[in-house]
Amino acid sequence: MEMMKTMALAAGITAGAGMALAQGIDDPTRAEYYDAFKDRTVAYVPVAMGFDLTEGWAMGLRDALEPLGVNFEIRDPNWSTSAGAQAITSLIDEKPDVMVVHNPDVQSYARLLKKAEDAGIHVVQVNMRSSYSTAAFIGADYIGMGEQIGERLVEVCAPANGGSGKIAITQGVLTAAASAYQMKGINTVLEQHPEIQLVSNQAADWDATKARNIAATVIQQHPDLCAIAGFWDVMDVGTAAAIKDSGKDVYLLTQGGGNQSACDGLEDGTYDEVVVYSVPGQARDMADMIKQLFQLNPEAGTMKTTLFTPLDFLTKANMKPGSCWSLPGQ
Amino acid sequence: MRRLGSLSQEQIVFGLAVTLCVVFALTLPGFLTTNNILNLVRSVSILGILGVAMGLVVIGRGIDLSLVALMAISVASTLQLISTGLPLPQALVLGLGFSLATGLINGFLVAYVEIPAIFATLAMGTAIYGFGRYFMFNLDVIYFTPGAEALRWLGDGTVLGIPAPIVVFALVCAIAHLFLRYTKAGGYLRAVGDNYAAARITGVPARPMILTQYMIAAMIGFVAGLVTAASVASMNTRVANSTYVYDVILVVVLGGIGLSGGRGAVRNIVVGTLLIGVLLNGMTIMDIQYTVQNIIKGVILLTAIVIDTILNPRDEQTAQQGDI
Repeated sequence: MEMMKTMALAAGITAGAGMALAQGIDDPTRAEYYDAFKDRTVAYVPVAMGFDLTEGWAMGLRDALEPLGVNFEIRDPNWSTSAGAQAITSLIDEKPDVMVVHNPDVQSYARLLKKAEDAGIHVVQVNMRSSYSTAAFIGADYIGMGEQIGERLVEVCAPANGGSGKIAITQGVLTAAASAYQMKGINTVLEQHPEIQLVSNQAADWDATKARNIAATVIQQHPDLCAIAGFWDVMDVGTAAAIKDSGKDVYLLTQGGGNQSACDGLEDGTYDEVVVYSVPGQARDMADMIKQLFQLNPEAGTMKTTLFTPLDFLTKANMKPGSCWSLPGQ
Repeated sequence: MRRLGSLSQEQIVFGLAVTLCVVFALTLPGFLTTNNILNLVRSVSILGILGVAMGLVVIGRGIDLSLVALMAISVASTLQLISTGLPLPQALVLGLGFSLATGLINGFLVAYVEIPAIFATLAMGTAIYGFGRYFMFNLDVIYFTPGAEALRWLGDGTVLGIPAPIVVFALVCAIAHLFLRYTKAGGYLRAVGDNYAAARITGVPARPMILTQYMIAAMIGFVAGLVTAASVASMNTRVANSTYVYDVILVVVLGGIGLSGGRGAVRNIVVGTLLIGVLLNGMTIMDIQYTVQNIIKGVILLTAIVIDTILNPRDEQTAQQGDI
């Protein structure tokens, strides 16, 4: 009987231990991790919804945060800086935990972002930074990007490499951080290369029709134009149309968030080269930064970080399936 | 009232355009070449087509601030429908139908509800944009899909070496000219614009004429939108929020069509468009900075309006409450 009891006990212990092993061991940080996201709110203020960049960031943030129970809100100012400022002001009262802000220019939101941090809201800035630095900036290093673009233009167009040395630039809006910083980078390079001649430097307001008219006139005036550097692929559809219309061989180097339309454009020869800052990558950087903020809980305004997005110089030759991304239904 | 012996604004603007042309031809190498002149007219042909639409409304003593929004949204909706698989002709009919319906509402608000045109169409412009963005599509820029390729000709095609947008501009001008000069409705339109009360008393169907003028403007706007979209294989609906509609008014006023209505012809719009074309082309060749270009354009608009006020002064007969 005693024997039976011992055996039963031994069997029981063995089975228990076996069961424990089959169940695995508990991750001690798991509960804390999920707790960190309970009842948290992230508010997103882009310059406007409705185009590849801002839709892509929203999609990435939503996919990363909502499954964790984070409440994700979008305030769409639809290209109006004053509506954006109002949205941020009302958010400061509503006190979300994190605000993701896409600045239309370097000045407009600077004081509001400081106020938000004073009110205890973490602020993450994306792609176009404000003159006021906050918890995190995620976006391209536009000055560096301008330098790299300048160097590419020299490579393609320098008379030593068989080009005519004549280039043109089509900017977006002159006051946007993306335009102003990039011009600084491009100019730095061009100053060292007097053999490169900048024959036209115009702004097309991010509009394809204006870009087309400008490019048509410039090509007509300089039939030996070697390259045009445009500041956004969506706008440079117009530049490409003017090049095609002229029948000339002008190298079109543009840039954007790497949406599928950019890869399609490379494939069919609309663009020759696209500088891509990956939008899904930026969304992931933002989501990671937000997750870290929720777990560390630092006091708002004490942390200032910058995460520059790596750049890809895509051409038809080096492009791979998966180099670009698409929105649902695209 | 124009003083006898003095020049009309149209003549002044035409003279200005010719002078600028001569100056540019002498100072800018490559300005006076066939290619550049075609380029020049091509780049303003869409502005000119919209100018004809706006001009007709202004001659009828109205104004249509919803024109650009309507152009963007109706064509973007058409492209969106094509991308969902609707055949091109049906999508075009629906787009045109949408335009005409909006024009009808504009006209109804102005003629029957008697809201001043400037407010009615301003509000309608916002409403149209909101409607399109909420119900029809989610993205700012709607691209061409293979189903719409046939339309590309309007932007890239040529007739005897002349780019299609210029051909469309010329056709729209010709039809509008025939309408204004040789049809009964065209005569009514000018009568209503010149003196609404007198026109009504003499039996002109004044209110239906106002409905018609906004519907014609909407229809021409749709054509302008198709040419815009075909030129760049996409429709950018953001243009609805831009100041483009003021450029269109600039062309009309610059050409010498008085905002007090009743005066002017298609000729004026062509002259206004050409001056803007010469200016833009010359400034781009000279690589003048964009912000400076805006200042130059603004000063020219102001000058044109001042000349308009001097040449067509307001008096008790023409000034009305709610006038613009």
